[in-house]
Amino acid sequence: MSNPHHDYYARSHHDHEHGHDHAHDHDDHKHPNPANEHDNGPPGEYEIMSRAMQELLEAKGIIKAEQITKRMEQFDEEFPYRGAQVVARAWVDPAFKQRLLTDGRAACAEMGTMLEAERLIAVENTPDVHNMIVCTLCSCYPRGLLGMPPTWYKSRNYRSRVVFEPRAVLREFGTVLPENVTVRVHDSNADMRYLVVPMRPARTEGWSEERLVGLISRDMLVGVTVPKAPE
Amino acid sequence: MNSAESLKSTYTPAPAHRYNVGDKVKVKVTFPPGHRRTPQYIRGKQGVIERICGAYPNPEELAYGFDGLPLKVLYRVRFPQQHVWANYAGPANDIIEMEIYEHWLDPVR
Repeated sequence: MSNPHHDYYARSHHDHEHGHDHAHDHDDHKHPNPANEHDNGPPGEYEIMSRAMQELLEAKGIIKAEQITKRMEQFDEEFPYRGAQVVARAWVDPAFKQRLLTDGRAACAEMGTMLEAERLIAVENTPDVHNMIVCTLCSCYPRGLLGMPPTWYKSRNYRSRVVFEPRAVLREFGTVLPENVTVRVHDSNADMRYLVVPMRPARTEGWSEERLVGLISRDMLVGVTVPKAPE
Repeated sequence: MNSAESLKSTYTPAPAHRYNVGDKVKVKVTFPPGHRRTPQYIRGKQGVIERICGAYPNPEELAYGFDGLPLKVLYRVRFPQQHVWANYAGPANDIIEMEIYEHWLDPVR
C-alpha cells in the first residue's frame, strides 16, 4: 500500500460512510489530480475511472505523474493568457489580424502559439456585428487559448439561453448593444473552436502589445463583454 | 512530430463537397438515436452555407469506437434568429451559426 492514491480513496470512502452526499458536477472533475479543489465528498464515477486510468498508464510506464502535473500547470498558468496575446497582436498588426481571421490555427502557430488539436475560427467584432460563443451540446471551448472554461460557460442556463435570447444574456453581463448591431451567435457544436476578436478600444493609439494585453479579459474573448477605453 | 503538431491549418481539404458558400440548405428533420452533433433546435431550419470547414471523421461513428470513415464534409451554416425561433425577441438582423455535417443537409431550390 505504498501508493499514495490509496489514501485518497480511503478518505473519500470515509466521507461517504458519514453520509456526506455531495452532488457532483462532472464537468468540474476533469482534473485527474487527487488534490482537486472540490475534494469535499466521495469521488464521482468518472473521477474514479480517470484515477484508475492514470494509475494504469503510470504502472505501464506510459506517462509519469509529473507530466500530469505539468499539464495542469499549463492549463492554469499558460493557456489562459494566450488568447489575449493573440488578440493584442491582431490589434497592432492588421495583416496578422487578416491571417488570424482566415485561419486561426495557422496564425497562432506563426506567433509561436502551438494549439494542440484545436481547429480555431476567430470571429471579429465590428461596429455592425457582435459575436458570442456558446456550446449548447456540452462545453466545447478553446482551452489552448483560454484555459479551462468558467463555470457559467458550462451552466445549463448559459448554454440554453444564449442561442435564443443572446441580448438578454449580454445585458446580464453588462453588455447592452443597440438593435442595429447584429448579434451573431456561434454554437460551437462540432469540430471547430471559436475566439472572438473584440474591437480595439479608443484612446489606445500607440500602445504596445504588452500594454494592450492588460485590457483584454477572457469574457471578452467569449463575447459576453467588450473592452472599455481607458480613462 | 505528433499528429497535433503536424496539423497546420484549421481547415482540411474537402474536394468532394456537395454545397458551396452561399448555397441555401435545410437541416434534415430526423431523430435517430445515438450521438448526434446536430442540435435538435436547428433540425428543419433553413440556412445558408457560411464556410466549408473540411472533411473529418464522422463523430457519430467515433463516439462508438469506430474509425469514423468515410470522412464527412463539415460546413458552418448561418440561420436568421427570427426563423429559428418564432418568438425571437431581437431584431431581424440577428443570426446564429453552427457546424452541420453534409449528411444532415438537404438542398433548397
